[in-house]
Amino acid sequence: MPADPWRNTWRNPWRKLPVVQKLAAPGNPLARRSFLKLGAALSGGIAIGAAPGHAEDAAPPADSPWSQSLGAGVVDRPYGRPADTEAGVIRRNVPWLTAGTQSSVSFSPIQDLHGIITPNGLFFERHHAGRPDIDPSQHRLMIHGLVERPLVLSMKDIMRFPSTSRIHFIECPANGGMEWRAAQLNSLQFTHGMIGCAEWTGVRLSTLLEEVGLKKEAKWALVEGADGAHMTRSLPLDKCLDDCLVVYAQNGEALRPEQGYPLRLIVPGWEGNVNIKWLRRIKLGDKPWFSREETSKYTDLMPDGSARGFTWLIDAKSVITFPCPEKPLDGPGLYEIRGLAWSGSGKVKRVDVTVDGGMNWQSAILHDPVLTKALTKFTFEWRWDGKPALLESRAMDESGYVQPTITELRKQRGTNSVYHNNSIQTWQIKPDGSVFDVQLA
Amino acid sequence: MFSLLKSRIALSATLFILSAQVAAAGEPGHFGYGKVATPAEIAGWDIDVRGNDGAGLPAGKGSVQRGADIFAEQCAACHGTFGEGEGRFPKLAGGNGTLQDDRPEPTVGSFWPFAPTLFDYINRAMPMPAPHTLPVDDVYALTAYILNLNDIVANDFVADRDSLPQVKMPNRDHFIWTDPRPDTQDRPCMSACAPEAGVKITSTAEGRNLTPRTTGPLDTMQPE
Repeated sequence: MPADPWRNTWRNPWRKLPVVQKLAAPGNPLARRSFLKLGAALSGGIAIGAAPGHAEDAAPPADSPWSQSLGAGVVDRPYGRPADTEAGVIRRNVPWLTAGTQSSVSFSPIQDLHGIITPNGLFFERHHAGRPDIDPSQHRLMIHGLVERPLVLSMKDIMRFPSTSRIHFIECPANGGMEWRAAQLNSLQFTHGMIGCAEWTGVRLSTLLEEVGLKKEAKWALVEGADGAHMTRSLPLDKCLDDCLVVYAQNGEALRPEQGYPLRLIVPGWEGNVNIKWLRRIKLGDKPWFSREETSKYTDLMPDGSARGFTWLIDAKSVITFPCPEKPLDGPGLYEIRGLAWSGSGKVKRVDVTVDGGMNWQSAILHDPVLTKALTKFTFEWRWDGKPALLESRAMDESGYVQPTITELRKQRGTNSVYHNNSIQTWQIKPDGSVFDVQLA
Repeated sequence: MFSLLKSRIALSATLFILSAQVAAAGEPGHFGYGKVATPAEIAGWDIDVRGNDGAGLPAGKGSVQRGADIFAEQCAACHGTFGEGEGRFPKLAGGNGTLQDDRPEPTVGSFWPFAPTLFDYINRAMPMPAPHTLPVDDVYALTAYILNLNDIVANDFVADRDSLPQVKMPNRDHFIWTDPRPDTQDRPCMSACAPEAGVKITSTAEGRNLTPRTTGPLDTMQPE
């Protein structure tokens, strides 16, 4: 029996080439025509799958070039990555929204995502002083203040505590904030992309607080990040002891630096801002701190000039993710309307869908798992007749709360409260299948 | 015999001490991981200042005059010489009486409820390229200057741990710290829900040219 015939005797000269180049290479008889077309489609900015007939040479009866060649071996990509043709599925920012990118936000491409879990590389970002790159061996969590036994914990220490994994969404309360006044952005990514959902693994905050021992005067916790913003919020102790987690992992792997590596706080169902990333300090006190991030920001300005503070809860919300401006319809016929719903109060109980702008509604199917304070998938079968339509979804949660219309929200809060726009989203379908962000009265 | 008894007593005493050192589940120190924070470690990171009463403000002081010099050097490039804000960087002064306007201007002077919060924020987060590097006296001086830009303190004001909590911010009493939600009244109507006049589109993102298309090749948004 000879030694492994591949070893040292054969090297794939195409290994380093992008797939399009490989397949269009000379000597690949099928490749030339079809991949000139594919290359043109890519550079022309047309989505794969959206331009019918572009790859007919690989469809039956022809055999496809990738079926007649040897693929790349294992560990060709030691840490995997999406297919090259998925290059457009990325986080994006709105350049005119902020002064720079360090104190800014990026939006998740939820128009291209398919389940309740957000891939780690696509989770939206919100930084206040850029993304710090932290050496975990030097990272510490200090817990002090009104405690019996103030502690300094290393990452090793934290990972020794009993671990727990839970699936929760995080939504920036400014998600939809640009739509208070009117429909502005013709894109699901930009109207709803400041949300993500992941399985978070770490230690219960209550376990850490038991370990330091709370003094009876302790009523609030200051939570602070190790970033340049030293990002700081106050949290009432009841919430800390209820379901907060101090996590080091997201969807099974270490947190990404953009998500707080090596340690962040998860405050299930509450606005993203309190889920402090790069968590380094927890201080127990008897009153809230009224930090800049809970007075001048993350407060909701009302029409009478007053402002609401400590509005932590994310109320029930939903959105149709297909169709949407980025994913138009392709002619009349049967479609599955798809979407996501969530609530900071608990589980989503029901989602209704309308195709006539809210005159008539029918309940959508909720897909398992329906988890508390997590994204929930819904679908609704719809035969489109090719006529103009107005699609909306409306979520209800187990507390009985009903997702409001933008008209109702404006009636209560005006147009300058920036945060917590959880209104029903309307997608206008035109006869050519294109989709637009509109608002109704 | 006597020595055996003695050693038994000693042994049980030792066991008692050992068991006393292991905290029960749910008690402080049960896991025993990490190390107890020293006063010096705590002092190094214990930077927070409470907004409403200034608890945690450190020793030190700074005048409006000194603040003007530091502001010109450290802050004006983004916030403007008089706090007017360059580009989309935050405006720090002005906007008084605009909170009920169609386009309100929330600034330190028109919106912020507590003066010590200003010290806390500058100290922890500014200047943006080098946060938490300014000496305490400089932070006090900048706080004094920004309050003065907003006509909240006089030109001779000196900010310190005693004076800052005394400053009453104009908008202090206009915050509601208890969340009044749910504040919407929608019901889950299922049929014939819209008004007789029918559904009307009041705004559309179509043609507004606000949607970025700058990155990524695969958008299929219509029209081009």
